[in-house]
Amino acid sequence: MAETLDPNHLGSGKEDEELYRENILDHYRNPRNFGKIQQCSLQQKETNPTCGDEIELFINLQQGKAAEVKFFGRGCAISQAAASMLTEHMKGKPIEELQKISPDEVLAMLGIQLGFIRKRCGLLCLKTLQKGLQGET
Amino acid sequence: MKLQLLNLDVKKDFPILQKKVHGKPLAYLDNAASSLTPEQVIEAMNQYYREYRSNVHRGIYQFSELATEKYEQAHTAAARFINARPEEVIFTRNTTESLNLLAYSLTRNLQPGDEVILTEMEHHSNLVPWQLAAKEKELVVKYIKVTEEGKLDLQHAAGIISKKTKIVSLVHISNLLGTINPVKEIAALAHQRAALCIIDAAQSISHVPIDVQQLDCDFLAFSAHKTLGPTGIGILYGKKHLLQQLPVFLTGGGTITEVTYQGTQFQEPPVKFEAGTPAIAEAIGLAAAIQYLQDIGMSNIHEYTTSLTEYALQKLSSLNNIEIYGPRNSEERGPLISFNLPGIHPHDVAAILDEEGIAIRAGHMCCMPLVKNHLKQQGVCRASFSIYNTPEEIDRLVAALQKAQEVFHHG
Repeated sequence: MAETLDPNHLGSGKEDEELYRENILDHYRNPRNFGKIQQCSLQQKETNPTCGDEIELFINLQQGKAAEVKFFGRGCAISQAAASMLTEHMKGKPIEELQKISPDEVLAMLGIQLGFIRKRCGLLCLKTLQKGLQGET
Repeated sequence: MKLQLLNLDVKKDFPILQKKVHGKPLAYLDNAASSLTPEQVIEAMNQYYREYRSNVHRGIYQFSELATEKYEQAHTAAARFINARPEEVIFTRNTTESLNLLAYSLTRNLQPGDEVILTEMEHHSNLVPWQLAAKEKELVVKYIKVTEEGKLDLQHAAGIISKKTKIVSLVHISNLLGTINPVKEIAALAHQRAALCIIDAAQSISHVPIDVQQLDCDFLAFSAHKTLGPTGIGILYGKKHLLQQLPVFLTGGGTITEVTYQGTQFQEPPVKFEAGTPAIAEAIGLAAAIQYLQDIGMSNIHEYTTSLTEYALQKLSSLNNIEIYGPRNSEERGPLISFNLPGIHPHDVAAILDEEGIAIRAGHMCCMPLVKNHLKQQGVCRASFSIYNTPEEIDRLVAALQKAQEVFHHG
């Protein structure tokens, strides 16, 4: 995870790291599980006002597991790729496991260092999931 | 293109420009959000903290007297900068607070059905406070339309400013479209209908010489941090007789002549509007920033940034697949250009530019209704220029935008 920015070290290191790696661009261009589920057990929409990113998550639960997962949204490549990756990760998992998904796990899926502001893009999908799961036990 | 630029030779004054970002020299193109600060301003504020740090006004000792003198000189400097009198200049936190003060205090005595006229290109700071005041006082808010080209529809303005209009509040230079609005004409129109005119000069203050007498506006607001000054201090100008009548906004220490348990007598403006310990270091920094701008000369600044904007407009227009918003003529716009690379989200563009050491802004620019309804976009990219920017930095911007197109379209 990216740590707090230290002004003494701004601009040093990480120069060789590509923010827009091929896997992120691939998920952005060809998002997995993209679309809506008309009748589903859980539906939640969240936005990121800094970018205007939008993520809407649809989950169909069967026997306490995420049998079907879709997302709909628009926004920057990081927000959309993260949502695509997260929905792949969620499929088939029981609610208790979905509730335990941590920000670090989502950032690890993206596999890049995100700064303080871009983390909100990368974690918008997780925020949507967590809001949607509130009240589900 | 042939580019004739004044040699202002100011880069050396801005210590932050020595920094590298991702190993590359910083090209700071986010001046419409906040400008960089020259050594002279930093030093003036440091001197206060190191040498005569104390509170202003009632301290009867040397340091406090010096701090008070410097603080009051800052009022005079700010007033002269816009051709006003010192007692017509109130220090606030920023343009936003100045506009909040007006939206609150000017509407106290309005009647239900009275109208406030804004424009479709207002920053949220000149929109949200009026919406709230309108809800509370049952006022009607109307918006002057923006044309396809990104200018105010003056025919529409003449139509909606009526006898019911009490306040017309508008932006001088749009922070999104760059449009320079004919504020003098709008102020005259407002006065014909006996309404007051407020100008949001947040963007224009560092671009064009401002003369409140010549504009004949009733109020004008701007921030120090967009004029090479510090954050945390803003200016509200108001005509003296209007400030005298205006109900107070924030109150408390410093604003009063007499307080009893039954009531309070307030001082004359600007004191009655400056509650609590003010931003002393920032006022001193603001005065230093104004001195710095005046030493270069506002007309030189205007000429330089207009030429640079013209150069940027031409260079950006040469890119394939770019949408540029606002007037195409650099004479009709401030030193900022909003654009989109279709198919690439503005935040992704900004992130790729950051890797090249180029700082721009991406998003809705606090103009959500304009971006959504008028431009039909989720956000925009904005490059904005100041006196320390160079044509080479604009060339780097254009090259980095080409790189963004390669990453996203040919990956």
